[in-house]
Amino acid sequence: MAQMMYRDALRAALHEEMARDPRVFVIGEEVGRYGGAYAVTRGLFDEFGAERLVDAPISEASTVGLGVGAAITGLRPVVELMYVDFVGLAMDQIANQMAKVRYMTGGQVTVPMVLRTQGGTGRSAGAQHSQSLESWLAHVPGLRVVMPATPADAKGLLKTAVRSDDPVVFIEHKALYAMKGDVPDGEHLVAFGAAHTVRPGRDLTIVTYSRMVHVAAEAAQKLAGEGIDAEVIDLRTLNPLDMDTVLASVKRTRRALVLNEAHRTAGFCSELAARISEELFDTLEAPVARVAAKDVPVPATLLEKLSIPGPEEVCAEARTLVQRRRR
Amino acid sequence: MADAQAGPLDAGLRVSLLRTMLRIREFEDRVAESYLRGLTAGSMFHLSVGEEGVGAGAGCAMREGDVFTTHHRGHGIFLARGADPGRMFAEVFGRREGYCAGKGGSMHIADARLGHMGANAIVGANIPISLGGGFSMKYLKTGGASVAFFGDGALNQGVLYESMNMAALWKLPVVFLVVNNQYGMGTRIDRASACLRFVERAETFGVRGAEVDGMDVEAVFRTAGQLFAHSRAGNGPAFLIANCYRYYGHGRKDPSPYRAKAEEEAWRKKDPVEAQKSRLIHDGLLDDLAAQALVREVAEEMEAAVKWASTASMPEPADLWTGVYAD
Repeated sequence: MAQMMYRDALRAALHEEMARDPRVFVIGEEVGRYGGAYAVTRGLFDEFGAERLVDAPISEASTVGLGVGAAITGLRPVVELMYVDFVGLAMDQIANQMAKVRYMTGGQVTVPMVLRTQGGTGRSAGAQHSQSLESWLAHVPGLRVVMPATPADAKGLLKTAVRSDDPVVFIEHKALYAMKGDVPDGEHLVAFGAAHTVRPGRDLTIVTYSRMVHVAAEAAQKLAGEGIDAEVIDLRTLNPLDMDTVLASVKRTRRALVLNEAHRTAGFCSELAARISEELFDTLEAPVARVAAKDVPVPATLLEKLSIPGPEEVCAEARTLVQRRRR
Repeated sequence: MADAQAGPLDAGLRVSLLRTMLRIREFEDRVAESYLRGLTAGSMFHLSVGEEGVGAGAGCAMREGDVFTTHHRGHGIFLARGADPGRMFAEVFGRREGYCAGKGGSMHIADARLGHMGANAIVGANIPISLGGGFSMKYLKTGGASVAFFGDGALNQGVLYESMNMAALWKLPVVFLVVNNQYGMGTRIDRASACLRFVERAETFGVRGAEVDGMDVEAVFRTAGQLFAHSRAGNGPAFLIANCYRYYGHGRKDPSPYRAKAEEEAWRKKDPVEAQKSRLIHDGLLDDLAAQALVREVAEEMEAAVKWASTASMPEPADLWTGVYAD
């Protein structure tokens, strides 16, 4: 085990995969000489050169499309989209091309491509640089959607993403880049579709992913002091989605709280709430509780914190939830 | 296929260009007829009758190792690249034996083994994918060219210019090939573009540009061949606008009320198939009898292809779920 920052774990994954497979290259705005807007690719340019660390002009749609075409013709591109908020600029290439080429050609071609990006709040970056748009992407069949919460998962999931023959949207969290954590030594791969139970508990299940895993863990700790024992599940990947782990947990606790940093309306936790309700309606003691960002654009400055869920809000919802009983 | 030559074209090649055009026209007319017979999977197909000079000329000027993408009106180009018309009809009829297992349909017929990276139904969206194909060819040093075929409707899509810039910036072997049939659906090119000097647009980006009479298959073959050779040799991207005409409507149910009969007649007088036939007869490479035999032979080929495709199997319900993901 080595203590590593989230960004360094990501860089280690890229470094290892690029060293292992000459077909892997990185392209995106400022990924080369600059070292990445969040310093994830820092130093890789010196080692791999301009051919494999390609600084793209500010042309998101064509950069993603280049990745799709390169993936179809034998390379394994890692395309960096600096902010997930820029996804709209490239959405046709992502939703209509990257996701669908395989199916539309009757499975003839594969698109082994990773679209690395980052989202979320935490830097007072304003409404166009702070969003959580994963549900836009998880809605499209054909795309794998990965959202690591820890340095170990950041590394293990990114290595799996690079080796996957499917197009993967890999969404990092800007507030986690400096987070430190243990990362296993040697070849560390984390499989897609395997949720991680961060904390076991008996009274309710909190299902979440990305930075909200840490908010949930903090809330769970607080709740434990009040005698409420919350289980926390980190999904790690939204597609594939490990509902088995979620349902097994909720079957035991009979109460579910779903949590995401995205807006409440049509956010990914709405999907989770629907699935849990469909499967376990008769088991649940109470309706699934949703905790999510307010339905307002993310404000910059001090208001930012008010717009997204924090441990207090999670605790309050959890307290209400555990008091409810099916009559 | 033979390379474009500076001197006179080989006699066999000149006849085969005519033959390819006849096959394209026969194929397209039989798609329309098959629709009336209730054989097609839907009514969403776009015929390239009137554009055969471009499909045959440019398609035959490509060679093995080149890759390409097409727009939604791409049947002719794919036939010229060696597609099996039976499997093409099968795809149009939504059959399992179709190139895309009946999942792509008319607008997405492709065979990766023939270098076809995908036919696209989003105007201009195939261009960045071909950019990626060119990126791979340079990265892997294959010596091939990557050709994006698209209509004049895509001339005002932003991705074209993003991609031109990147192709020129990195000297990629990408050829932007405009099948200018004068209309983007119902909007004539001069009602969509204030300035019609498209070759200048390309040259502004550092892309070698040319314009050619798309009704003259030999001129298209020569000019496209020169540009492909330019790109394959590592000289960077090229742009070719081939002027032709869409004889039929945009789709099945479009009688083209937005264009003048006189205009249609003027273009039909320059028919690429008839022009090549007359030229070959004039040059003593063909007589009326041989021309008739050629027409008959092509009709028989397409008749057999339709017959085969119409007895091909329908997809099974389980096929719905195959080919979405590779892993």
